[in-house]
Amino acid sequence: MKRHLLSAADLSRDEAIAVLDTAEQIETSLQGREVKKLPTLRGRTVVNLFYEDSTRTRISFELAAKRLSADVLNFSAKGSSVSKGESLKDTALTLQAMGADAVVIRHNASGSPWQLASWIDGSVVNAGDGTHEHPTQALLDAFTMRKRAGRGVGDGLDGLKVTVVGDVLHSRVARSNVLLLRTLGAEVTLVAPPTLLPVGIETWPCAFGYDLDQALPDADVVMMLRVQRERMNASYFPTEREYARRYGLDAARAGSLAPQAIVMHPGPMNRGMEIAAEVADSARSTVVEQVANGVSVRMAVLYLLLGGAA
Amino acid sequence: MTTTLIQQVHPLGGEAVDVLITDAVISQIAPSIDADADVVIDGTGLIGLPGLVDLHTHLREPGREDAETIETGSRAAALGGYTAVHAMANTDPVADTAGVVEQVYNTGREIGLVDVIPVGAVTVGLGGQQLAELGAMADSAARVRVFSDDGVCVSDPSLMRRALEYVKAFDGVIAQHAEEPRLTVGAQMNESELSGKLGLTGWPAVAEESIIARDCLLAEHVGSRLHICHLSTAGSVEIIRWAKSRGVNVTAEVTPHHLLLTEQLAETYDPIYKVNPPLRRAEDVDALRAALKDGTIDIVATDHAPHAAEDKQCEWSAARPGMLGLEQALSITIMTLSNEAGEVDWERVAAVTSTVAAQIGRLAEHGQGIVVGAPANITLLDPTASVVVSGTELASKSHNTPYEGLELPGRVKYTLLRGELTVKNGQAVR
Ligand SMILES: [Zn+2]
Repeated sequence: MKRHLLSAADLSRDEAIAVLDTAEQIETSLQGREVKKLPTLRGRTVVNLFYEDSTRTRISFELAAKRLSADVLNFSAKGSSVSKGESLKDTALTLQAMGADAVVIRHNASGSPWQLASWIDGSVVNAGDGTHEHPTQALLDAFTMRKRAGRGVGDGLDGLKVTVVGDVLHSRVARSNVLLLRTLGAEVTLVAPPTLLPVGIETWPCAFGYDLDQALPDADVVMMLRVQRERMNASYFPTEREYARRYGLDAARAGSLAPQAIVMHPGPMNRGMEIAAEVADSARSTVVEQVANGVSVRMAVLYLLLGGAA
Repeated sequence: MTTTLIQQVHPLGGEAVDVLITDAVISQIAPSIDADADVVIDGTGLIGLPGLVDLHTHLREPGREDAETIETGSRAAALGGYTAVHAMANTDPVADTAGVVEQVYNTGREIGLVDVIPVGAVTVGLGGQQLAELGAMADSAARVRVFSDDGVCVSDPSLMRRALEYVKAFDGVIAQHAEEPRLTVGAQMNESELSGKLGLTGWPAVAEESIIARDCLLAEHVGSRLHICHLSTAGSVEIIRWAKSRGVNVTAEVTPHHLLLTEQLAETYDPIYKVNPPLRRAEDVDALRAALKDGTIDIVATDHAPHAAEDKQCEWSAARPGMLGLEQALSITIMTLSNEAGEVDWERVAAVTSTVAAQIGRLAEHGQGIVVGAPANITLLDPTASVVVSGTELASKSHNTPYEGLELPGRVKYTLLRGELTVKNGQAVR
């Protein structure tokens, strides 16, 4: 694997499958252990550099690093990015001086992990940059899909039909998923109101449409994206009610899904908005598995970047 | 009485002549002049141009002297071949009163490397609410004729109409930064396939084009002079062409960077390439270059925008927009106005870098070129030399050049302001 994980596009098919396989092996080797810990990264330092609140993602990375026996530093720098405090560059030089082996960065500015990578020697993992990418989320989603599809070590996602629904425009999850799922052989369709699809969507390696009902019967996987309520004030759509009616996954819509189809959501969910409670809690839903898989996949990423071969 | 003799220079690339300057004025031009001059300049192989005039420079003084001062900016301008620059109004305090514009003007005079002509703000504090005292600035010692809220569009159509009307009283011009603000909320780069990919909020071409179309119609309606700052899209070119064909009294400028660079550079996430309006697509660059050649675009203006290191070495979205340009504008203009055989249309170079800008700014002393009786504001260029750009070697106090490492054609050897050398053998005299 390369030195950094900045974009889902950085991963070749073989590399992406290697991450999923490694996550699988890690899970197996931890099974039945009383102490869920591997000694792999003992003596290495992983810094969680979070400029934006995301307790879920931070805890997931923290747990992943600790289970690999790394020393973990949490550096919460919320609010200091744009306000004139210590600059990102100064922070980078500080982390460099402290000997950070890997920096996991979450930042509200698209592209900031690339800048960080140009300033430090250690590995950089993009844990979400602005409205751009979130590659480990895409990896954990792919890992979840592969398991649910009954595929195993060495397999990609060839032929799997994935429909991603909602605010694609502002979604780093969608961007990274389109890139990674494509690499792994899945067919991706994006569904959203035209206001929430990016300019130039025609050139993306996926299909797109505006009609959810049309897209559902064909899907093996439906991934619902979180809708930020502030989008409503900016007139991306008229009302919450209209959005829920046209793009929400309610029980009736879920009924049109194929029997084996699964429903995913990166969380946190707006129940009743993009997803109905009974769908979120149904057997189709993988929301809880995604969280658990996130730790395994992030362990695999840290292991491959800092310790392992593959 | 000081006399300067320039020997065997080629005015606008024409036949070699000797040029005699007596007391700041060109007194004689002849194939050969035998005079006992105080200063003799060997012009062999050099192209003579009217001293360059920039209609759009940010000198940052007062307020951000850490990024640029009138002195460092003047030096950069002289090295770029300029004898006059219009200093934009978005300083701190804003140049929206007679007091501030006179201070800028007088400081420029004292330094004496280039005439610093203040641009007055259109509205108080660039606030877009209330007209600044445009008449007081026009009547001041600085004799302001160009008014602009550059960086902020005068977006209220009624206020824009009043501004256009009002400056007719003193032959002023409104220079508009065309950007419909409601279409560019949070904008970080050109809106395109690439912005979607990079997750950077887009600045759509229509935000520029809709304001240009509106303002051309307003200028036509009230019969006023309008100037459009830094055109950046192919659509804007079309609108200017259409407006001119209707007889609208509109002029337009393009920056060196919009003639050379494309949005693709944003892929680096290096804020050195962040600018407003943003770098656009290759098709836009092509249209702008063609429009500069055919006269749809009237002038090249630098939008020289120095920024301190900390304002650029940060996250793209936090970085200030803008790039340097004074020292490279002439080279990039030459690149644009040369044909495939490498022949340069020097008449057009002189028009777009000097003559027309002086006319728009109503500067009687500048842009006249090498003619007897004209003030001796002259630039002598070695067209065969080239310069590899290095930010740290530039005269500007800031180093935010997008051209780092690029080899650009042409080198200014001498610049004369009213007959006095401000650049001698490629070096600033002060
Ligand atoms: Zn400007």
